Amino acid sequence: MDKNSIFYDPSLKRRHFKSKLFKYFTLSSLVVSLLFLGIFLLDMVLKGSSAVQQTYIQVEVSYNQESIDNYRSIVDKKYLNLLSRAALREVPEQMQANPSLMNTKEVVWILADDQVDMYMKKYYYKIGEKDLSTLEELQKNGMVDKKFNTIFFTHGDSKTPEYSGILSAFIGTILTLAVTMLVAFPIGVATAVYLEEFSKQNWWSEFLEININNLAAIPSILFGLLGLAIYINLFGLPRSSALVGGLTLALMTLPIIVVSSRAALRSVPASIRQAGYALGLTKVQVVKDHVIPLAFPGIMTGNIIGLAHAMGETAPLIIVGMIAFIPDSPSSVMEAATVMPAQLFTWAGMPERAYIERTAAGILVLLSVLISLNSLAVYLRKKFEVKW
Amino acid sequence: MATFETKNKHAHLQEDIIKYLLILAAAISILTTFGILFSILFEAIEFFKLKSFVYFFTGTEWTPGVENSQFGALPIFAGTFMITAIAMAVALPIGLGSAIYMSEYATPNARNVLKPLLEILAGIPTVVYGFFAAITVAPFIVKISAAVGIEASFNSALASGVVMGIMIIPYISSLSDDVITAVPDSLRKGSLALGMTKAETIKDIVIPSAMPGIISATLLGISKALGETMIVVMAAGLRPNLSWNILEDMTTVTVRIVDALTGDQAFNSPATLSAFALGLALFVVTLILNIVSVRLIQKFKEKYKMSSL
Repeated sequence: MDKNSIFYDPSLKRRHFKSKLFKYFTLSSLVVSLLFLGIFLLDMVLKGSSAVQQTYIQVEVSYNQESIDNYRSIVDKKYLNLLSRAALREVPEQMQANPSLMNTKEVVWILADDQVDMYMKKYYYKIGEKDLSTLEELQKNGMVDKKFNTIFFTHGDSKTPEYSGILSAFIGTILTLAVTMLVAFPIGVATAVYLEEFSKQNWWSEFLEININNLAAIPSILFGLLGLAIYINLFGLPRSSALVGGLTLALMTLPIIVVSSRAALRSVPASIRQAGYALGLTKVQVVKDHVIPLAFPGIMTGNIIGLAHAMGETAPLIIVGMIAFIPDSPSSVMEAATVMPAQLFTWAGMPERAYIERTAAGILVLLSVLISLNSLAVYLRKKFEVKW
Repeated sequence: MATFETKNKHAHLQEDIIKYLLILAAAISILTTFGILFSILFEAIEFFKLKSFVYFFTGTEWTPGVENSQFGALPIFAGTFMITAIAMAVALPIGLGSAIYMSEYATPNARNVLKPLLEILAGIPTVVYGFFAAITVAPFIVKISAAVGIEASFNSALASGVVMGIMIIPYISSLSDDVITAVPDSLRKGSLALGMTKAETIKDIVIPSAMPGIISATLLGISKALGETMIVVMAAGLRPNLSWNILEDMTTVTVRIVDALTGDQAFNSPATLSAFALGLALFVVTLILNIVSVRLIQKFKEKYKMSSL
């Protein structure tokens, strides 16, 4: 621009520069937050991927009366420290189940100790010098190998890291969430239907609304205090059980379900209701037979999101005691149980290095379940979305 | 007329029953709020019967489980405040910057991809963040500090604060993005027509208009940070520590609640009951933050006649 023009602004260049700078600042903050997400996921994959495989050692096992009495005599003494004790303890049971094995010898793959596993995966390990030379010799003969880690998916928690798995926590999660949804789904949808379709604009509906908003923002740990004080101390329900955990999570999930169900109900146009009334239907009939079926996909989407939210929750469950050591899957909601996030919390606090990779692997399992649930919600919304 | 009469003679009664069942369901949410309030309040009163109320808020010695135990929660509140401040120092600029980029610069298509991507951060379970903070971030901070010759704790407030900040980014960015998008376009066009640059328009016109919503998002973020449990339980310390050094270990209200309730003390001992006194403080503060936050966003909605937020 001409310097003598009356529109000439000497600061213009600087202002445009600053404007550009501002744009790059906002862009970089977005990039930084996405970078965090990337680093985080990468870190979990790197830490957890080694848990896909588990080390096994090929040894000769002798089945006889002595080894039933004492599992330590099953294999040659020099291999004892290299093998998983928990796996060796199972051998006498196999013999009792299959008596024809008695007094025979067999070369089989047996689960290795967690320190051997760490050695094979090139992490920090602690193995005695004598055992280490035995191990190196075995390795030279090709008798040490890494195989797919089935134990992680078929076993519950264990005090020996190589023998611990996520199964009992997974079952616990399913039981707990079943209780949660059985309670939260009907109450949440009923609340939403009442607020959207039946209540009049008055102090009561306003109070309800403020209350639900607040409930959604109360720190989750306080729901744990409620569960402890009311369900366990007042009603005497069993501590650590899926029932108490599920009921606690139900109250937490309630506001999520109410808010999303209301949005789904609101998206059903008024003309549907008016047509129903014009044909002589009562209010309940209109809502039950027309509004709710039309809003159902939206309601389901909200419920799945609420379910995913409840699945990742840990703090209130710790307060109601769901961090107990649970080696076997619970078979009813009254039994002591643990859930996946609580199991991860327990493992993360263990001193053995082998638990770290199991925690990361468990995180990957948990995240994939959550991502599938959320994708299902998005898919349902896309598939059944009606443009009015 | 008879032909128009319904066959169901109890239709009205049924309608009424269903309506009252729905009211009952709605009342459960209110029952829950009061359930939380009273269950915490009663146990907290039990606690204050045993220990001094004034010392709880002003004392600096927190020694549960010993004879003549003392419960001065000031260092615990200070630790909570420090970690929350660190989290907000991370989340506020990044969250707000992301929101401005998504609403002002990005194309609608890019926004539709970026927003859900950021919200993944909010969907990650907090126990996973806690693991990340304890296993990856905290050792990293210790290593960096050692490289410049400062000693940092493995339970540093910085590690849990930063990770908590990452967790809170989407809470701030999502709501801020909604309110910034809701600011009417006429304001932007007017400003640009007067010769202001895009950044000046955003900073002087759009952001001030969206301010109630942004403050509301910030308060919500603070309330989330105060109540966050798993990250601090896994990555922050247990020791009540009154200090300004963010590389030292600190503890928070939620950590002490978990610690008190997972211990093996008798339920009606002051050590266990102290969890409820801390819980009461947390409940009151977060409730106030939430109410103010909701009020602000309502005012904003009324001003710009928004229907869905």
